[in-house]
Amino acid sequence: MALLQVNDIHVYYGSIHAVKGVSFEVNQGEVVTLIGANGAGKSTVLNTVSGLLHPRMGSVEFEGHDLKGVAPHKVVSHGLAQVPEGRRIFLQMSVEENLEMGAFTQDRSTIAPGIADVYERFPRLKERRRQIAGTLSGGEQQMLAMGRALMSKPKLLMLDEPSMGLAPILVEQIFDIIKELHAAGTTILLVEQNAQAALAVADRAYVMETGTITLSGTGAELMASDQVQKAYLGG
Amino acid sequence: MSFLNNVITGISLGSIYAIIALGYTMVYGIAKMLNFAHGDVIMVGAYVCFFATGSFGLHPVVGVLLAMVVCTVLGVVIEGLAYKPLRQAPSLAVLITAIGISWFLQNSAQILWGAAPKVFTPVVSGGLSLFGGQLNISYVTILTVVSCLVIMAVLSAFIGKGKMGKAMRACSEDKGAAQLMGINVNSTISMTFAIGSALAAIAGVLMCSAYPTLMPTTGSLPGIKAFTAAVFGGIGSVPGAFVGGLLLGIIEIFAKAYISTDLSDAIVFLALIVVLLVKPSGLLGKYVPEKV
Repeated sequence: MALLQVNDIHVYYGSIHAVKGVSFEVNQGEVVTLIGANGAGKSTVLNTVSGLLHPRMGSVEFEGHDLKGVAPHKVVSHGLAQVPEGRRIFLQMSVEENLEMGAFTQDRSTIAPGIADVYERFPRLKERRRQIAGTLSGGEQQMLAMGRALMSKPKLLMLDEPSMGLAPILVEQIFDIIKELHAAGTTILLVEQNAQAALAVADRAYVMETGTITLSGTGAELMASDQVQKAYLGG
Repeated sequence: MSFLNNVITGISLGSIYAIIALGYTMVYGIAKMLNFAHGDVIMVGAYVCFFATGSFGLHPVVGVLLAMVVCTVLGVVIEGLAYKPLRQAPSLAVLITAIGISWFLQNSAQILWGAAPKVFTPVVSGGLSLFGGQLNISYVTILTVVSCLVIMAVLSAFIGKGKMGKAMRACSEDKGAAQLMGINVNSTISMTFAIGSALAAIAGVLMCSAYPTLMPTTGSLPGIKAFTAAVFGGIGSVPGAFVGGLLLGIIEIFAKAYISTDLSDAIVFLALIVVLLVKPSGLLGKYVPEKV
């Protein structure tokens, strides 16, 4: 059984049909990526899985449970955490407070060890623990957003465009972190426009175009595919 | 001595404004709306205390607690029935609804309790007389200032350190991200209205103890002034409400004492305009730029 199973979901914004029958699955321990151009519907899919949007048709199942009707603030207690597009950390709160918010649904006793784990993975955050998050650099903010999501001890970590707006060296750093998390056994669903980097870390990948999945395969297969080369990799 | 008396009166009035302003600023901070019915919740709180202590002969402490309970329920019900369905609506629709609720409360009070002013019995009487009677401080004044300080201290600790207080700050910054953390945004907003309305009840009782005329429109002008205080200090900021309220009270009393009683309100609003021209976000208002 797949950890996350998305079955033929259709999502609308008012009358706009943004996601037109998307199905995919993420298995335990995998890194799966959804790549595609801006506006293809990738973030819409993630927000539907997170419960912020509701599919008009189709279903989202996590560990075999249908998430239909689960309030968005309850989804995280099921073990799904999302690092949203644009990071959306709490800019006026301190680094440590942001991490505490990530553990909002967790038992109080697990917060301190959780924060220690995050600091071990992201030593930069420890140096800046008392600083207001708005004063961090873009790369540090992305690390904070990832650390914050890890605080909920997710079974599935969803990353929406983690490399967006970052300098190339930081993009490399972020993908190194994704590799490390993967190696540590974290299951990851990664949405990216940076197809090259995403395919390099992914076990499997899906290509989205205007609301549908047009291609799927292993990361290596898609990297070699003519269609992907032409459309996304400048080949 | 009259100068010192004016300072004390100003701080006392300012403390009332500050307590009311907290309700405006917290609700604005989290729901991004101006709850113009907030002033009328003050009036309802004062009436509840008036009837509890006057008609039923209850102890003033019980009267205040009862007023807080009624106002808390009222605030949560108003939010749930009138504002919650408009969460996605344009802010103008919410603003007009708030004005409608304000009128609804005033008119309901008029039907229930009549338009004729009632004379509110202060919850404490007497006072201190210092320097051979040259400086008089009533116990109501002392109670008002102490209440304001205690409320500020407790609220700052709650928002700064409490789990729900931090959740409130998270919601005020980004509701979507707060939901992704597992925070129930709707119940957080309800809680904010509950706290603001309970504080409004306290403010109503303190205000009517100092200025004992109670009628259905009693809450409206102090409500608007406290809103001004919240903007003055930086709307959305809790310390801003405190500073704004105190300054507004002092400016108002000084204007009355040394310039003109008739012009005092004009002077208060002039001070607001000057502050906003110099610092558009208010005295303690924050502006945090987003980094890429």
